[in-house]
Amino acid sequence: MSMGRRIALIFKAKANKVLDKAEDPRETLDYSYEKQLELLTKVRRGVADVATSRKRLEIQMQQLQASSDKLQGQAQQAVTAGRDDLAREALTRRAAANQQLADLQTQHAQLQAEEEKLQLASQRLQAKVDAFRTRKETIKATYTAAEAQTKIGEAMSGISEEMGDVGMAMQRAEDKTQQMQARAGAIDELIASGALDDASQPLGGKDDIQRELDSMSAGSDVELELAKLKGELPAGSASAPQALPEATATEEKK
Amino acid sequence: MIVRILGEGQVDVPDTEMDSLNKLDEAVQQAVDGSDDEAFTQSLAALLNRVRQVGSPLPDDEIVPSELVLPSADASLAEVRELLGDEGLIPG
Repeated sequence: MSMGRRIALIFKAKANKVLDKAEDPRETLDYSYEKQLELLTKVRRGVADVATSRKRLEIQMQQLQASSDKLQGQAQQAVTAGRDDLAREALTRRAAANQQLADLQTQHAQLQAEEEKLQLASQRLQAKVDAFRTRKETIKATYTAAEAQTKIGEAMSGISEEMGDVGMAMQRAEDKTQQMQARAGAIDELIASGALDDASQPLGGKDDIQRELDSMSAGSDVELELAKLKGELPAGSASAPQALPEATATEEKK
Repeated sequence: MIVRILGEGQVDVPDTEMDSLNKLDEAVQQAVDGSDDEAFTQSLAALLNRVRQVGSPLPDDEIVPSELVLPSADASLAEVRELLGDEGLIPG
């Protein structure tokens, strides 16, 4: 038998199992309806959970992008200062950040697709649950237990197939979300460790590349100040040290 | 004929298409039996494309069981095996 028919029969068999258990098939309508409402609540929560994971990924993507931009700037600064070693270090970290970013973008697209699917599934289920409630009341009001059997069988196998489908979609989304959360946790740790630089840390917090660049520019500031001071000396100041022999001697003693 | 694509919902496929769909479906089954991942992905994609092409979506508030229930396009052979694992429930 073909795959599609076999799977369809598996769904039907599950619905029949529920029906067989009940003495009055009409009871299964109310029981199933309760289950449908429960599932609907779960699916809505599922959509919200996936959205939360997606947003967390988006924040991490922004952080990584900021790191990447910052490292690019640092590399340029280092090259300008003739510090190829620092530039290389910055570019290496930038490559790592970009790699993580590319991975996250893929995950993000998958999660978004999952979220949309689940959202649609939730809407479909809502429409079906509403329709089921109407049908259930009609069946209960119109038919005796014996007469209702066929009608109930149809409604039950239709709705339980839908519930099975939605249930599996939920499971899939949950699995994806869990994988994603584990991954997001790992990336948070990586960012915290400084391995990818952390552009998101509070103002004043600085990484080692920045520290070195800063000390270099502080050094060149000193040189600039020195040049400025020299420029301010009166003309003929070249002989100035000779005019202060005692001061120099004092310095040398120290 | 009502066909469900898991994760997508149900479509109504004209009965005139049944033969061609059954053939495509058999090809998927063969790939499952032969544990051929590549053939499985390809034949499943062909089947799903055909169903989407010739089927018209069922209204959301309609409650009917499907004659064919098909895995979603990104389902793996292992997942479908798992799905078919409950086969013992089916009489015959």
